[in-house]
Formats: sequence, C-alpha cells, structure tokens
Amino acid sequence: MQLPFKIEKRLTPSRTASFFVPIASLLLALVFGGVLLLAAGANPLVTYKAMLQGAFGTPDQWAKGEFYNLSETIVKAIPLMLCGLGVSIAFRMLFWNIGAEGQLAMGGFAAAGVALFLAKYIPDPLLLPTMFVAGFLAGALWGLLPALLKAFLKVNEIIVTLMMNYIAVLWIEYLFYGPWKDPKGYGFPGSAQFPKAAWLPRFFGTRVHLGLVFALAAAVFIWIVLVRTKWGYEIRVIGENPRAANYAGISLVRNIILIMILSGGLAGLAGMSEVAGISHRLQKGLTVGYGFTAIIVAWLARLNPWGVLLVAFLLAALLVGGDQIQITMQLPASVALILQGAILFFMLGGAIFTEYRVRWIGWRRKGALLAAETGAETASG
Amino acid sequence: MRGIVKRFPGVLANDRIDFDVRAGEIHALLGENGAGKTTLMNILYGLYRPDQGQILLNGRAVAIHSPADAIRLGIGMIHQHFMLVPTLSVAENVALGLPSSRGFLLDLDVVTRRIRELSNVYGLRVDPTAMVWQLAVGEQQRVEILKALYRGADLLILDEPTAVLTPQEVRELFATLRRMAGEGHSLIFISHKLHEVLSISDRVTVLRDGRVVKTLPTSEATREELARLMVGREVLLRVERSPVELGDVRLSLKDLWAHGDKGVPALRGVTLAVRAGEILGIAGVSGNGQRELAEVIAGLRTPSQGQVEIDGMDTTGWSPERLLKHGLAYIPEERMRDGVVRDFSVEENLILKDHVDRPFASGIFMNFGTIASYADRLIENFDIRTPSRDAPLKNLSGGNIQKIVLARELSREPRVLVAAQPTRGVDISATEYIHQRLIAQRAKGTATLLISEDLDEILNLSDRIAVMYEGQIVGVVDQREATVEQLGLMMAGAHKV
Repeated sequence: MQLPFKIEKRLTPSRTASFFVPIASLLLALVFGGVLLLAAGANPLVTYKAMLQGAFGTPDQWAKGEFYNLSETIVKAIPLMLCGLGVSIAFRMLFWNIGAEGQLAMGGFAAAGVALFLAKYIPDPLLLPTMFVAGFLAGALWGLLPALLKAFLKVNEIIVTLMMNYIAVLWIEYLFYGPWKDPKGYGFPGSAQFPKAAWLPRFFGTRVHLGLVFALAAAVFIWIVLVRTKWGYEIRVIGENPRAANYAGISLVRNIILIMILSGGLAGLAGMSEVAGISHRLQKGLTVGYGFTAIIVAWLARLNPWGVLLVAFLLAALLVGGDQIQITMQLPASVALILQGAILFFMLGGAIFTEYRVRWIGWRRKGALLAAETGAETASG
Repeated sequence: MRGIVKRFPGVLANDRIDFDVRAGEIHALLGENGAGKTTLMNILYGLYRPDQGQILLNGRAVAIHSPADAIRLGIGMIHQHFMLVPTLSVAENVALGLPSSRGFLLDLDVVTRRIRELSNVYGLRVDPTAMVWQLAVGEQQRVEILKALYRGADLLILDEPTAVLTPQEVRELFATLRRMAGEGHSLIFISHKLHEVLSISDRVTVLRDGRVVKTLPTSEATREELARLMVGREVLLRVERSPVELGDVRLSLKDLWAHGDKGVPALRGVTLAVRAGEILGIAGVSGNGQRELAEVIAGLRTPSQGQVEIDGMDTTGWSPERLLKHGLAYIPEERMRDGVVRDFSVEENLILKDHVDRPFASGIFMNFGTIASYADRLIENFDIRTPSRDAPLKNLSGGNIQKIVLARELSREPRVLVAAQPTRGVDISATEYIHQRLIAQRAKGTATLLISEDLDEILNLSDRIAVMYEGQIVGVVDQREATVEQLGLMMAGAHKV
C-alpha cells in the first residue's frame, strides 16, 4: 500500500517554517507531557505554571526586586553557552567534538590547581587571570589530543573525544575524593575552598558571575571570526565542502588543530568559571552533563553563535524549572526529566519540517491502473 | 504525451509538451541541460507526476505513479548511471526483483536461457554468468538493456547512452538499437550530441526552456539547424584556431605512476610534455587514469613514482597551495564536488584559493569591498549569468558555475592549465564560450592539458592528442592527422598505427 502523502526536501529551508515549527513542536511536547503528568496524578497546567515561575520567577517577585529564579537560570546558562559555542564552532568544520564535558572538567581541574596550590606565589590581582589562562589551556590541550590524532592519523574524533570525557571526569573525581580532598570537609567530596582572590566577581547580589561576560565575549569573537576573517572563510569552506577546501589549498590539518584549541578552550573556560564563580572549590557536581547538553544547544541553534546564547538560556530555564517542580509540586525527579526529554525530542524531531515538507498526493485509485494495464496488454499483443 | 506541464518551485520545467513515439521508431529528444528532457522522461517513467496533461499508451490514457507501474506497462529506462549490483552475476541482476517460476527458489537457469535468446535476437553480446563488476562499461549498458527487454519493455528510454562509450561501442549500440526498432520496439534517445542524433534517429524533437521547439523527420534536419533550434540563435560549431608560436616546455611528466582510490595502479608510466601556447588533449574512455593524472599534477594525489615538472622545476609532491603560487591552474572534473562551495555566494566562490592574499585579505581580515568589485568585474568579463554577486551559487546553471571556475582559474594568468572535462554537463552556448576562452588562453602562451571524454571537443581544441588507456599513453598524434576512427581504436587499447 502506498501512503497518501510524500515527504519532499524543500529547495530552501522555509523561513515561516523555521519560525513556526519550533513553536508548534513546543506545544506538542507540552500536550504530550500533559498526558504524562495527568497519568502521574498532577494537573498539567499547574505544573507548567510552576515550571515557568521556577525558571523566571513571578511578577510579584520582580516587583519586589527579587530575581532569584531568573538569576539561577542564567547561572545554569553560562556553562551551556560556553560549551555550546565551543562545540558549535567545531561542528561548523565537521569536527564532531562531543568531548566538551571532559574539556570542561579539565578546565575546572587546572583552574582549581592554580587556586589551591599556586595562590601563594601569584599576586592576588593576577590570580584570576592565571586561572583563566590555565582553564582555557587545559581544555584546549584536552581538545588538541583528538585533533592531532584526527589530523595526522585520521583517528575517528567521535570515539576519542567521547572516551576522553570519562578519563577527565574520573580524574577529577579521583582528586576530590583522594589527594585533593579537604581534610576539614567532614568527608564531603571536594577540595578545600579557594582563597577569596580566586573567586569570580558576582553581580547584583546574585550568583550570576563574570563567566556570563566570558560567554558573551566569546559569542562576539566567534561571530567576527566567522564573517570577517580569512580563518572564518576557511572554516566555512571546510564545513560546506572539505574536498573543495583541499583543492583550494586550505590546510585541513592546521584548521582542525586551531579549531579544537578554541573549542576545547571555551569548554575549559566553562569549567574554570564554574569552580571560580559558583563552587569555589573542585567538588562533585562540576560535571553534570553541561558538555553533553551543549551538543543539543549547538544543534538547536543551528551552530549560530547568537542562537547558542538564546538556546542555552532556554534550556537552562528548562533545567531550573524542572528542578523547581520537584520541590514545589512534590513530583518525582523522573517526571521533570521526562518533560525535558519530551520537549527536546519534539524540538529536534520538528526541525525536519523546516527542511522537508509533506505533500498530500491523495489515495491511489486502483481502478485507473488496472484499466491501463489491461489496455497495454491488448495493444502490445 | 499530451499537454504535459510540470512545475518545480520557481521553474516551469515542462510547458504544455506534446510528444509522441510510434511503434518501431527511434525518436531523439534533443535539448540543452535544463531544457526539460529528463523531467519529461521521468514523468513517463513514473518518477514524477505531471501537474497537467495526460499520457496515452496505445491510445489509452494511463496513470503512471511509479517505475513499477511503468515497467508493468512495458516502459523501460536506461539511466546514465547504471542500476546494477556489481557483486552479482548478469543473470542475477536481470532476475533481481522479479518473481521466480519456482516460488521461493531461484530459477537462474531459466533466466540464463532467456537472456541467451534475447542476446541472439538483438545482438547484445553478454555472458549471463559473468559477474557485473568484471564487465566493461559498454557491457554493463547491454545488461541494462537486457534487463529492460527481459521485463517486456516495448518502449525504451535511453538517457544519454553514449556518454560513457568509445566510438566503436557507440556503433555497436546503434546497431542494437536499430535491430530493436526493426522488431517493433519504440525507442526514445535522449542526447545533446547532434551527430549522434542525426545518425540514429528517425525523428527529432527539440526542447528549449521546457517547450517543444520543433519535431521534424531526421532526414530533413541538418546539424546547423538542430543547433540553432536548441540554442535559439546561430551557433559556431567550430572554434577558429590561429597558429601560435610554441614556446618552452612548461609542463613535463616523466614516467609517472600513481595508485587509484582502490589501491591498484591507475597511472602506469605516463610521460608527456606540453609547451607554452599549446593545447595537449588527453582522449580516452573515462576511468583509464585521466582523473588520477589531473590530480597528481594538481597536488591532490601523491605519485608512487616519477616526476612532475612545471616551468623547469620539480613540483612532485608539492601542496596545492604551493602549485597555485607557481602558476598552475586546475579546472577539476567534478566541479560541484571539488571546485566550488554550493552554499556560498558567487563572489565567495570567485575568490576561493585567492582568499589568503592581498588584495582580498589584509592581516587576518577579508576586504569585502575589493572582493565585491573584483567579483563584479569577473561576472562581466566572463559573461556569468547570475542575479547578483551575492546570489547562492547553487541557484546557477551548470554552465554558469563552470564559467565561475574558469574565471577564477584564468584570471590568475596561469602558466600551466589543467582542464578536466571543462564542458561536461554544460549547454552549447556556454561550451562555445569556454572553448573560445581556452583558445584565447593558448594565444597568451599558457600550456594547457585538456582532458575530455568528448572526442569532438578534443579534436576541436587540441594541437596534439594523446590517448590514454589503462593508465598508459597509447600514442600521441597531431591534430591535423587525427581521425575519429584511429582515436577510437586507440581508446580501446590498440597502439598507434
């Protein structure tokens, strides 16, 4: 049997579709999630309202100048932005860096190492810049290794970056459970607290820290590189047509290496700003999957740096809102996760409709073909 | 086919086309790329559905929704790219997808017997037990024709069937086609090669811009008239080549060996020299090492042995970037894959390769102002038909895309030019223009290596012609002494006589 519709590729991605499809996807996800919530015995509308308030706060709170919920969403968005920017620029060149989580961990590790052990040798005003450089370099080095393997030996970067995540995550776990564990920490898995000079400045009495500025600056930097510079031109040629790049004398080796230094470095900065801006120690909870969520951020943003900022913020809202309904609605943690999953599933699945369209062709009439067939037989005989 | 209309977004691919084929007739469908030939045939074969119009088969209206319907109605199509499974035998390929007379069991002996019968009737020499990967291109094409005949095709559509054949194979194919027509089969022969259309068909229908310009009996047609109908104006079929003083040897290849993508030697000791002001044509059936030869010279493939010298310097193993600076220009065979970036604008494509240097870049930044004025100049000088320099390249026609590659490569005033299949898939007007440009470049003293499967092109442009067969140069002949017959024999591996 033939289906009465066909899925065709659009010649150009539709502008109206790229606007409405995400909205429709979100609505569908909410309807789907609503059914699940009903099954779990919760009122969907109340739950969604609680999520929104959890992520952004209420007008009453805003009137009183309380922006706690909103600021927490921004706090979660910062590492997503930095990792998302890093991942997206590697993806632009078809280098599938899925190792942002490990690069983030190594950035956090290096920054923490500087804060914990070198603080006494470095003047206070230089401590944060040193941590910044250390965090960037550590992430960059962690990204450089798979880049070198890919560039010179054609080793698959997906496997290498993925596996190196586990090395990095387990390495920092070893440190804060073992040698770096704070003796005065009551057995809590974490290092000693950093000296005050190693704390990133925070804004307006919230936990929003200077990492936000890093992320915004990184987005501006990437945008300028992509649209104004020779390097950006080469990255785009490689991303669109690697064979043409080779033919045009553009070095793949050099560009893979450079791009992964930047990509890993940005993820490393995310780790640095987490330890220096939020936890002020190297502790459990640094690697909670920002590096993986960043892959989704990059895709949903279609690798556009401004899009990454926006999508990172919205996904952070989803995370914070999900946490909130666990507390305020007494819903099991899994419900929040299912909702998050459903929204992502519908958003990513819906993206197909911006590039493809469904064309109704009607049910086939059996009779017409049969008549034609008999006709052909009589005539050809 | 009556009043066929097919719209694609932004294009009217077929505009009220009336087209008919009689029993026992070879009807040629002639037109440039984009004229709507393939669209029309895809409608007949059920790959597209027309927006308007109807198809009548033996006087009855039929609805063809899929190739399966078309086959059931006795319509067969031989595509330009063969649809065969290389690891299966000829008989297995023919039987593929058909019900077996023994239910679940294969009945290959029955199939084999039937193939032998068909081979005899139509003069299609193929061994049914041979594996498809062992067959030459011409033989594979015969398997495709057998497949269609086996399925009971009365009406056979052949889409540019001669593109991959040597002149001798073409002659053999034409004999088969005539025999099929003699048996009462109807054949539609799609082509843009005028002399083939004139020699094989009974009637010709010329399409231009999605419309039928004229249908006429072949006996009343001339080459010049067909070209005029196709293009819509008078066309120069031959380019004027004035004699040019030959200069020093600019490109020299010495005993060049290289492996192909599958690891087997694709070049087996090629030695050639091209002088300033000379066009050396490389003729040959595709897949005889021409692509590898071009890639080795352009620095995209490392030779296993031998030397490339450009302007007296050993450039073997140089990077494409370095060769570029040394004065080598390269028009790649697969321009969409290797030569351009589809999603980039015309202007961005025009500076590919030159983007690193002044005046297009200073420091780390690109100079968009300079790039824009440069692009405008090239668009005008090379007659590139584009809505603007910012238009995405993928919206342009094949001919205009090739002009972009040509503009980019020639505006560098190269000392050596390697042009691989410069007019493949390009319409007549653009071909004419590209030929004139290559000749003009010759007058300026560029040494050109022209690689082409189109013998007419080779004969038209080259000063000397080298024939490649299985990675070797079978012989080099002077253009004034070369004949199609002799080149054809050499292309099939016979040494220079």
